[in-house]
Parts: sequence; structure tokens; C-alpha cells
Amino acid sequence: MKKTGAEIVWAMLEHEGVEVAFGIPGGTIMHTYHPRRHYGVHHVLVRHEQCAAHAADGYARASGKVGVAIATSGPGATNLVTGIATAMMDSSPIVCITGQVSTPVIGTDAFQEVDITGITLPITKHNYLVADVEELAEVIHEAFYIARSGRPGPVLIDIPKDVQQKSTEFEYPDDDVDLPGYHPVGKGDADLVAKAAQLINQAERPVILAGQGVMMSGAMDLLRAFAEKTDTPVAFTLLGKGGFPESHPLALSLMGMHGEVFTNRAIQQADLLLGFGMRFDDRVTGRLDAYAPFAQKIHVDMDAAELNKVVKADVAIHGDLRQVLEQLLPLTLPNEHAMWLERIAEWRAQSHKRDIINRPENGHLVAAHFINEIWEATEGQAVVVTDVGQHQMWAAQYYPTSYPRQFITSGGQGTMGFGLPAAIGAQIARPDKEVWLIAGDGGFQMTMHDLATIVQERLPIRIAISNNHYLGMVRQWQEFFYDKNYEATRLLNPDFVKLAEAYGIPAWRAKNRRQAREAIAAARACNGPALIDFEIANTGDEANVYPMVPAGAALHEMIERPTYVATDYKSLTSHQVEQVPVMDTVLA
Amino acid sequence: MQSTLVALVEDKPGVLTRVASLFRRRNYNIESLTVGHTENPGVSRMTIVVDSSRTNVEKVAQNLYKLVNVIKVEDVTEQPTVLRDLALIKVQADGGSRRSEIMQLVDTFRARVVDVALDSLMVEVTGTEDKIDGLVDVLRPYGIIEMVRTGRVAMARGKSGNGHK
Repeated sequence: MKKTGAEIVWAMLEHEGVEVAFGIPGGTIMHTYHPRRHYGVHHVLVRHEQCAAHAADGYARASGKVGVAIATSGPGATNLVTGIATAMMDSSPIVCITGQVSTPVIGTDAFQEVDITGITLPITKHNYLVADVEELAEVIHEAFYIARSGRPGPVLIDIPKDVQQKSTEFEYPDDDVDLPGYHPVGKGDADLVAKAAQLINQAERPVILAGQGVMMSGAMDLLRAFAEKTDTPVAFTLLGKGGFPESHPLALSLMGMHGEVFTNRAIQQADLLLGFGMRFDDRVTGRLDAYAPFAQKIHVDMDAAELNKVVKADVAIHGDLRQVLEQLLPLTLPNEHAMWLERIAEWRAQSHKRDIINRPENGHLVAAHFINEIWEATEGQAVVVTDVGQHQMWAAQYYPTSYPRQFITSGGQGTMGFGLPAAIGAQIARPDKEVWLIAGDGGFQMTMHDLATIVQERLPIRIAISNNHYLGMVRQWQEFFYDKNYEATRLLNPDFVKLAEAYGIPAWRAKNRRQAREAIAAARACNGPALIDFEIANTGDEANVYPMVPAGAALHEMIERPTYVATDYKSLTSHQVEQVPVMDTVLA
Repeated sequence: MQSTLVALVEDKPGVLTRVASLFRRRNYNIESLTVGHTENPGVSRMTIVVDSSRTNVEKVAQNLYKLVNVIKVEDVTEQPTVLRDLALIKVQADGGSRRSEIMQLVDTFRARVVDVALDSLMVEVTGTEDKIDGLVDVLRPYGIIEMVRTGRVAMARGKSGNGHK
């Protein structure tokens, strides 16, 4: 059957199981949009191409399937770049399709021409410029295979306008792909696995460091079986959150810069670390020469380039975590580490005492409160999408997860503005789940134009703005490390309640715990989207994320949570929010 | 310290850019890089010389493997290997004894004169970098007008191939 390039795009997307694509049409991609209505792929019109990439990413992270973003050439394509880099750093499988100027004018600086394959070369797992319509079906098939297999990542396909217009005889490509240099790894080397098992059986103070690889390889059940059999506690990275149920007695917490003190202490005291599908990011290790000095290290990763990159492993296994755990489990002996776990439990109790959530009510609202309220109201079952900053760390600390792909956040790239569009993708991927977006007032304003997309798609996303009228994380660093010089971090915000209402989204403002509880209940009672502006404390120790390992410090050199006794609350005014004007009062 | 890597890559548009971009992005120090055809159509061969005192060679190989178009990477540094570089050197030679002196040097280094002009000679030399450096050193006093070197190519000795079937 003859098909145009445009028709082949949709036929192939259908063939790859794509249900939804996020994008914006424009000059060089219009031709592809034209036959869309004849195919079973829903298109979500976003308001900025960055949101198309983030939404595809959020969809991929929530579903485990490949997300798709579409943009036109030139600025449409460059607007995708932040989203592609974000997906690359966090190994998220997305396929981006961009229009390109027609092949005869490529290289002539034609209208809306940009070398997007050149621009995205370092931030894609692979990319293609399709020179001939004959190649198109095979390229799309390869792109999906590359995006989702091995260590997943973004793939971009740049399709010139004339390639979209030309017709060719079309048949679906074979399932096999012809990629002589691309072979995702499976099992680990048997000798290394045996050596790892020996270290595991001898260990007295082991800790598992669970990364996103646990979920990517589908190793959740095996990780649990392994942890239980060997009686090993499990700490997790930010992206590893969800790979191990946090209510499990062997669950520790987030590790690293804003990890709990008891978890970081356990890592520093351990005699064996098991890095499972994680990459020893600098936010995880703290100062390297002082990292886990007593521990031998076993590192399992599907990407050989991650092994011995940052931390020298005693046993480095290149393999798919699920398959390596299958090999490892029969070789490990049932074990008990009662003394070790007891010691960790003591540290945990100390951390617990300092927890802001356990402070007596003082009339202030802090993010930990409202996040905890959301957790309670949703019985810990919501999909939580965050933006980047203080609220992201608080969400990681105060919304314990119980199932994989429940916590969606930009880790490696730390992309502010990720949250709202990623929540769009996540809600579309999981219509069965309640989706909460938790965003700061700074990051929210980077992509808030896509509130329109939420309304247009009738997505019942609950939006919680953690509003401290600051770029809070930068403010915190200024307080700690830059002489309290709050340069360029104070934000003049719009009235978020009125803003939401302009989009037809019901909204509430909450300034204390009672109002927070009521607003959450009201938002949950809505059929469609809802927004809550949580005005949180922005001065004193309540404004900061604790615990914290300062940059350049060792993991055990943490700034612990201040005890509430240490703060003289009587000297503070009844409401601790420093008054920052809202926009309409400035203009009035 | 130098290490020599041989990489077989798919002969597709942009592969050299991908490899070069990888080296820049990962901050690897590369001494030379050559690309050419192989016995297999569709497969190109790169010889990459890495300064191993400043760059982790194993990491270079592992990251090359992450490029979809890279088929095989081998570190041949420790293997018995034939290493060759080729240079074209244009030397000032305006008659008289200078010209015959240069010819003698060229003979000693088993190089060849491939072009003769009234006031210059063009010399072609093949060999290890050391040998070429040696010839360049002795030619320099005569006045080198222009020089080009290909960079190192490498092939392991013996029957075993580095082939891609």
C-alpha cells in the first residue's frame, strides 16, 4: 500500500503502541499533522514545546512506555531541548519527532531551519535526520527500540517536509532491528556474581542503595526478596523512590544531600554497599574521599560506563539488575543482621524526634505539614509529580511511596518547570490514579501556561503550590553559604488563586494546617483540576530543607534538623510569612 | 603515556561527529584520530590515540560503546601491533649541495621524494611517529615550508582479525 511520509509516521506510531503524542504544529510539521485524524493516536496540544517533551517524559515515567513529543523545525525544535536533556539525564524513554525544512534547502539558512540533530547530539541516546522516505518506517521502528531498551533514553527523528510529502510503498518493518553495534546487556558475569555473593554472605553491616534501575529492569519483587533473605536495609536515590515499599521494616529513606541522618550514617558505617541500578551521583555521595570508608562496594548497572566512574567498586557487574538478582539470589544465604538493624533503629529514633512533623502546632504552615496532609488524605496512593527545589526534597521526605513509578521528579538535570507538564503526561498515563503536582512558586511559573492544556484535556490534576515567595533552594544556600545575601531570589508572584480561576480551575489558599486540611479535602472533591496555594513559612529554620550535607562535605557531616526547642518562637509574629507583595497590589 | 584504540563503526552520516562530540563532552584528551574504509563495505575503522595519563582509556571505550553506531572497540596498546603514520614534508632545496644532502637523509629514513620543484622537494615518509619525528628534526634546519601528517593507524599482528562479519 502506498503511503506518504506523514501517513507512515502515524501508522508506525500506532504500530509501536503509541496512544498519545504531545506537540504543537508549525510550518514544516503541518503535513504530518494533516492525516492524524485517520489514526488512533490522541494528540495533546500543549502551549510550549518544552512542555511537549516534559509531558512525554512524565508519561514515560508513569507508564514505563515510550512517550512521544512532536514539534516543528527551528524554534519548535529548540524548545524541546531542555526536555530532551532532562530525559537523557534520568534515562527516560521518549521519541521526539521534529519537522525540518525540505531536503533541497537544508543548509541554506531557510526559514525556521535549525540543525536540531547537531544540537541534540550530546543529549540524545541517538538521533536521525531522515533523508529519504524509504527509510522512514525503519528509522521510527529503530528509534522506539533504542529509546526503550538497554539504559533507556531520548531519541530524536528529524523529518524534512518533502520526506513527509513523498509517497512510497509501505509495509511494517520486521520486528528485528539491524543495529550491529547495539546489544543491551542481560546476565552478569557468573564469576563476578559468585564473588558478589561471597561478599554479601560475609557482610555484617550491609546497605542496599536502590536506584531507578530497580524499576527500569522490573526488579522490585526480586529486590524485596533479596533484602528479606539477606536481612539488608534499603536506602534509595531520589529516582529510586518507589522501587521498594517505604513502609517495609527494611526500608531506610532517601540518601545523600537531603537524606535522613540515620540513612547517611548507616551508609557511612556500612561494611558493604550494594549499588543496584544507581550511579553514585555527587548528590548521593557527598565528598568522595570520605564516602563509606569502611565499605566494600558491589555495583550492578546496565551501563558499563557507569561502573567505576565515580566510586571504585570491589565487584562491578555489568548486567540487567533483574537478571543479576536472579543469578544472585540462589547464591546468597539467609542471614540476620539484628545488631546492625538495631543500631540503625536507634539513629532513626533520634532523627524522628527532630522531625519538623512532630513539632507542636505553632500556627505556621510548613511544606512538611501540607505534604503529610496530602499523604494522609490520599492514603499514600497518589502519583506524586514534583518540580525542582525545596518542595521536591520535602515531597521526597514526607510522601512515602508504596509502588513503582509513583514518584516522578527531575533528578539529574534538576529542571525547574518540569512538574506541571510531567503531571499532564502522568495523569494521561494513569487515568486510574489521583495525580498530585507539588511545585514551588518559582518553578511553577516557568511552565504555568500549560494550565490551559490541563483544562483542555479535562485532567483532574491536583496542584499544590509550595509558596514561600522565594526561589527557596537558592535562598537557603544564600542563607548558609552567601552571607544571607538574598540576591535575585525574592519573587513577586501573581495571585495564584485568581490565576487558576482565570483558567476555570477552582483554587484555594491555605495559611495554616487547618486551612491546608480543608483545602486538600475541597480539592479532592472536585471532578476536574484544582489548585491550592500553600503560603508556607519563609524565615528561620522552618524555611529550610534539613537535614543537609553541604556541598563538599562528607556524608556524615550533615547539618541536622534543628530541634524545635532551639527556636524562640515567642519572638516571632503570629504568622511567620514575611510579607511579600502580590502583583496586583504593586500595580494598584 | 599513549594508548591506541581501534574502533569499528557503521559508515553512516554523522558518525565522526558523534565520536568527536563524545570526546569533547566527556573532556577526553585525544592525540590523534584517523578514519577510513575497511574490507567491509558499510564499516569504517577509526584509530584513536589517547593520552592515558590524563584520560581513562577504559572509560573512553565504554562510552564509545554507548554510541549506537559503534560496533567494536579494542585497546591494542598491549598487543603486538603495527603502528604507522604517514607524512608529506615540503622542504626548501634551492639547488647545490643542500638538495643532495636532503636526498641522502631521505634515503637513510627509507623515505621517498615524490615531487621536485626548482627550490623545494616534497618528501613522503611512512613509519612510527618516532621515525617521522626523527626525519622532521633533521629536515628542519633546511627549512620546512609545509607539512601534513595523517595521524596513527594501527593493526594487530598475526592472523586474527578485528573484523566485523
